[in-house]
Amino acid sequence: MKKNVILAILGIVFLVFPLVIKSDYYQHLIIIALMWVVIGSSWNLLAGYTGQVSFGHAIFFGIGAYTAGILFSKFGISPWWGMLAGGIASMLIGLFVGWVCFRLRGPYFALATLAGGEIFRLIATNWESLTEGMVGILIIPSFESKLPYYYIALLLAAGCIFAIHVIMQSKWGYYFVSIRENQDAAESLGINTTLYKNVSLLVSSLFTGMAGAFYMNYMGFIDPQVVFSLHYISIMAILVGIVGGVATIMGPGVGAFVMVGVQETFRSAFFGMAPQWISEAHALVFGLLVIFVIMFLANGIVGDWGKIKRNVFRIKASS
Amino acid sequence: MKLLEVKNLTKAFGGLKAVNNVSFTVEKGEILGLIGPNGSGKTTTFNCINQFYPITSGDILFKGKSISALKTYEICKLGIGRTFQVVKPLARMTVLENVTASAFCRVSSIKGAKEVASEVLQFCNLWKDKDKLAKSLPIGGRKRLEIARALATRPDLLLLDETAAGLNPSELDEAIDLIIKMRESGITILIVEHIMKVIMTISDRIHAINFGQTIAEGTPKQVANNPAVIEAYLGEEYAQG
Repeated sequence: MKKNVILAILGIVFLVFPLVIKSDYYQHLIIIALMWVVIGSSWNLLAGYTGQVSFGHAIFFGIGAYTAGILFSKFGISPWWGMLAGGIASMLIGLFVGWVCFRLRGPYFALATLAGGEIFRLIATNWESLTEGMVGILIIPSFESKLPYYYIALLLAAGCIFAIHVIMQSKWGYYFVSIRENQDAAESLGINTTLYKNVSLLVSSLFTGMAGAFYMNYMGFIDPQVVFSLHYISIMAILVGIVGGVATIMGPGVGAFVMVGVQETFRSAFFGMAPQWISEAHALVFGLLVIFVIMFLANGIVGDWGKIKRNVFRIKASS
Repeated sequence: MKLLEVKNLTKAFGGLKAVNNVSFTVEKGEILGLIGPNGSGKTTTFNCINQFYPITSGDILFKGKSISALKTYEICKLGIGRTFQVVKPLARMTVLENVTASAFCRVSSIKGAKEVASEVLQFCNLWKDKDKLAKSLPIGGRKRLEIARALATRPDLLLLDETAAGLNPSELDEAIDLIIKMRESGITILIVEHIMKVIMTISDRIHAINFGQTIAEGTPKQVANNPAVIEAYLGEEYAQG
């Protein structure tokens, strides 16, 4: 009951936010954070719930972005169709990645996806006839205002979280977690582990691809160093999941806002209030944040919420 | 009726034949005990039956059809459930969730699966622990959870791999009761066990192996008095006396 009230309040806040806060800058930040909610939640479905830790989610993000971009710049197909096409193209690539990488387990799977991300980045860089290489793809955004983008991002984020919530309540959800907990036991309980790992990957790559296509539409410009980036996409997806809380529904949502907030605070040198050199240190701060989370909140902000409440309460009581 | 037929089963790891030309059959409704000293190939035989390991040569027939080319999960769907000697609980799931996950083997609705799971948990006397995390169960509970999970897949044949090892005497009696109750409900059982109290009380027949080869087969009494079996367990001197 209490949960529903909180969800309803959150929903209203997000719906009216851009109507109240008219600043393009803050709207932009929230749009980016909502996009990260989608990527983080998708990563969480595969890594957090199914236990297949991916270091290569940039593959799906990049494929989604490039599909939308190429369809528009080469064939003139509306980039909004591109969002659907980007998701589907990303699923097809996901099928291939799964076919190759799911032969491996645990850390070896993670390493294979890491290599996969780099392979796709190099392909996008060098296949110039298709991708324009390092020049990148530039399209004219559909809307002047940020409002439509905001609501599309909101819809995508809410849809993604809701879909994952529904999946985790179903047979698929039980199967995913069983595979994470013990693949051998799962197999002997009649679970086709290869099939269900791929199912998880496909759902994950669908949403990540749609987020990538959204990024193309929204930013209007992509190049391989950004959308196939190990640092900015693949690792960021992992951080969003870990900081927010792995294997929790709302964790990546919280993680996305925290990470985008931290990233922006440092990138802008505390919104211009601190010396400029601080902005150079934002990667360092990410590292420190991860160390902090692992040491004190191993289950992330949402996973350790009880612990946070307890400790904050104790501090209050003693002071 | 022959439910399971193992024909000339051989499993080699490199040059080592862990199971060498072993044949036996399990009749519908019986409890067949598989015994042998440590390292004699009992668990390997199990792993071959449910295709955890691909077999080197020989054949395994279930209900008259060869299953040696199938995948592990397909064998479970056909009706062979198994438990692991080294228990593999789905640690961070509750007991109920563990069993529900395996109940999906036969029912696809979440409600149906939970019903099957509740039924099985009551049968295995685990209902009171249903909301505990699997990792918080003591070893006796984990062994019973292994059985509950296998039962939830509604098997015709259940492979029990040392489900009584590590249990205290009262848990042991509970385990024996549970196995007998399962047989009464119509499940055929192939059991590997070191504890003679268990295997001698419940088995209809016993198949003994050593160094991967069959050394004896017969009723518990016959096998217990068989010189080859005594030699395998206690050494040559005892076998002569």
